[in-house]
Amino acid sequence: MKQQVPLVLCFLFGIVMILTEFSPHTASQATYKEIANWGRVISPFVFVLAVVTLIQTHWTRIQRRVEHWQYSLVVFFGMIVMVVAGLPYGPQHPAFKWLFNNVQVPMDATMFSLLAFFIASAAYRAFRARTFEATLLLLTAVIVMVGNIPVGDLLWPDAASNARQWILDNPNLSARRGIILGVSLGAISQSIRIILGIERSYLG
Amino acid sequence: MIKTTQWIVVTLVLCLSISVAFSQGLAPPSNVTVVDTPNDDGSSITIMWDAAAEDSGISDYQILRQIADGDLEEVGELLPAGTTTYVDSSIEKGSLYTYIVRAVSATGATVDSEQTAPVKGTGEWFHTGKAALFIVMLLFSAAIVWNIYDARSGKEIFVRRIPGLEAVDEAIGRATEMGRSILYVLGLGSIGRIATIASMTILGQVARRTADYETPLRVPCIDPIVLNVVREVVKTSYVDEGHPDAYNEEDIFYLTGSQFAYAAGVDGMMVREKPAAIFLQGSFAAESLILAETGNSIGAIQIAGTDSEHQLPFFIAACDYTLIGEELYAATAYLSKDPMFLGSLKGQDWGKVLILGMIVFGVVLESFGISWITALLQQVN
Repeated sequence: MKQQVPLVLCFLFGIVMILTEFSPHTASQATYKEIANWGRVISPFVFVLAVVTLIQTHWTRIQRRVEHWQYSLVVFFGMIVMVVAGLPYGPQHPAFKWLFNNVQVPMDATMFSLLAFFIASAAYRAFRARTFEATLLLLTAVIVMVGNIPVGDLLWPDAASNARQWILDNPNLSARRGIILGVSLGAISQSIRIILGIERSYLG
Repeated sequence: MIKTTQWIVVTLVLCLSISVAFSQGLAPPSNVTVVDTPNDDGSSITIMWDAAAEDSGISDYQILRQIADGDLEEVGELLPAGTTTYVDSSIEKGSLYTYIVRAVSATGATVDSEQTAPVKGTGEWFHTGKAALFIVMLLFSAAIVWNIYDARSGKEIFVRRIPGLEAVDEAIGRATEMGRSILYVLGLGSIGRIATIASMTILGQVARRTADYETPLRVPCIDPIVLNVVREVVKTSYVDEGHPDAYNEEDIFYLTGSQFAYAAGVDGMMVREKPAAIFLQGSFAAESLILAETGNSIGAIQIAGTDSEHQLPFFIAACDYTLIGEELYAATAYLSKDPMFLGSLKGQDWGKVLILGMIVFGVVLESFGISWITALLQQVN
C-alpha cells in the first residue's frame, strides 16, 4: 500500500499533465494551473523541512564534538544573525539588506570567481597535446580564443572571428544538438518508466 | 469683387468635388471573414480580410465589433495599411460577436465593410497544430513500452560498453582498499528534475556496493525533499543487501540551499575528508568545475554525469570518467541489467533511428527542393 498509492498517483498525474500539453481548452489549462499550484504550495513546507534538518544535523555534530564541530557553531551564528535581522522587519530592512549585500553576495562572488582559476588549471590539463584528440582540442581552442580577442582580427582581419564563428556554428552546435537529442530521448524514456511504475527508485 | 467671389466659389466646389471623388475611391475592405481562433481556449476571435491595393488610399484599419444586443464599439488601436488579420483577444467566452472592418484614409475619410455573421469563441479540446507531435510521442512511447515488454520474454539485449559505469566498481573498490569514504554529489536539481531521479537510481546501485563493502558513503544535499528521498533510497539499498546496521543516516545531510555555498561546503568536505571516490551525478551549473577541480586536486577518482550540456566539457576536462547526456539515464539499465530497463534503452534507440532517418531523408528531399519533411518538423516544433 505504501508503494501502490504513490505509483497510482504518479501514473494519473503524469498522464494528465501530458494531455494538458495537447489540449488548449479552459478546463484542461485550469487543471494544469491547479496542479502546478499544488506544487508551489509544497515550497513553504520544504523551507521548514530544510531548517529543521539543518538544525538537527549541526546540533548533533556539536553534541558529539565530531571533528570540525566548530564549523557548526558558525552555521548557527550565521542563521541566528540573519533571522534576528530579517524576521522582525522583513528582507527589505536595511540591516538585513546590508548583511546580505556585504556578507553573502561577496562570498558567493568569491566562490564564483574561483572558477576563472579552475578553468585555467583544467584547460592546461585538457590541452596538453599528448593525443590526436587533445591536439585537435588545443588547436580548436586556440582558434576560438584568438577569434574572441580584438587582437585576433587585428592580426588576421575578419579571418579570426569568422573561423571562430564557423567552429561555434557548425561542429560545436552539431555536437551540442546531438547531445541534446540524446538527453531529450533519455529523459522521455525515463519519464515513461516513472509513469508506468517501472522506475521506482525515487520511492526508496 | 464679383470675380473674386466667383473664384472662391469655383475653388470650393472644385475642392469638394475632389474630396468626394477621393472618398468614393476608398473601397471598403473585401472578403471580411471571422472565425473562432483555432487551437485556443475560446478567448479569441480572428478577423481576416483581403489586402487592399497600394493605391487604394487606405492608411489604417479600425476594427469594430458588436456583441449581441449591444452597441458597435471600436476594438484596439488603428492597424496600419497592409494588415490583413486581427485577433480579438478581449472577448467574453461563449458570447456572439459581429465585426466590421473600417478602412481609414490619410484625410480621415472612412468606409466600412459589411457586418459579418455572428461568431463566438469556443475552446478546443485538442490542439490540431500539435497533432504531429502527439503522433510522434505516441509512436516513441509505444516503441519503448513494446521493447520493455519484449525484453521480459528473455531476449538478450546488447548494450554498448559505457566506461564511466564500468568504473563504478573500480572507484568503490579503491575507496574500500584505501579505507576512505565515497562522496556522492547530486547537483543542484530538485526532485522534479529527471536527471536528479536518474542520479538517485545510480546512487541506489552505488549504495548496494558500499553496503557490501561497508565503505562510508557521504551525500550532501541542496534540496530537503531530495535529502529525504535519498535517505530512503540508500536505506533501502542497505536493507536489501542485508546490512541495515551499516546505514548511517547522518552521512546523508542537508548542506545549504545556495548554489555557491553548496559548492564551498562540498569543496570543504573534499579537502578535509579526502574521499577516495567522488560521484558527480545530476544537474549542475557554474559550480561543476569548482567541484570537479577540487576533487581532482585531492587525487580522488571522479565519475561525473550530467544532462546539462554546457557543463559536460568541464567534467570531461576534470574528471576521470564522464557520462555524457543520455548515458546518465542509461545507468539504471546498465548497472541493474534489469530486462525491463534494458528494453527501454532499445526503445530509446528506435526513437533515435527514427529522428536520424527523418533528418537524412529531409536533407535529401530539401536538396531536390521538396520541403514537406521540413514543414512537418516545423509543425512539431
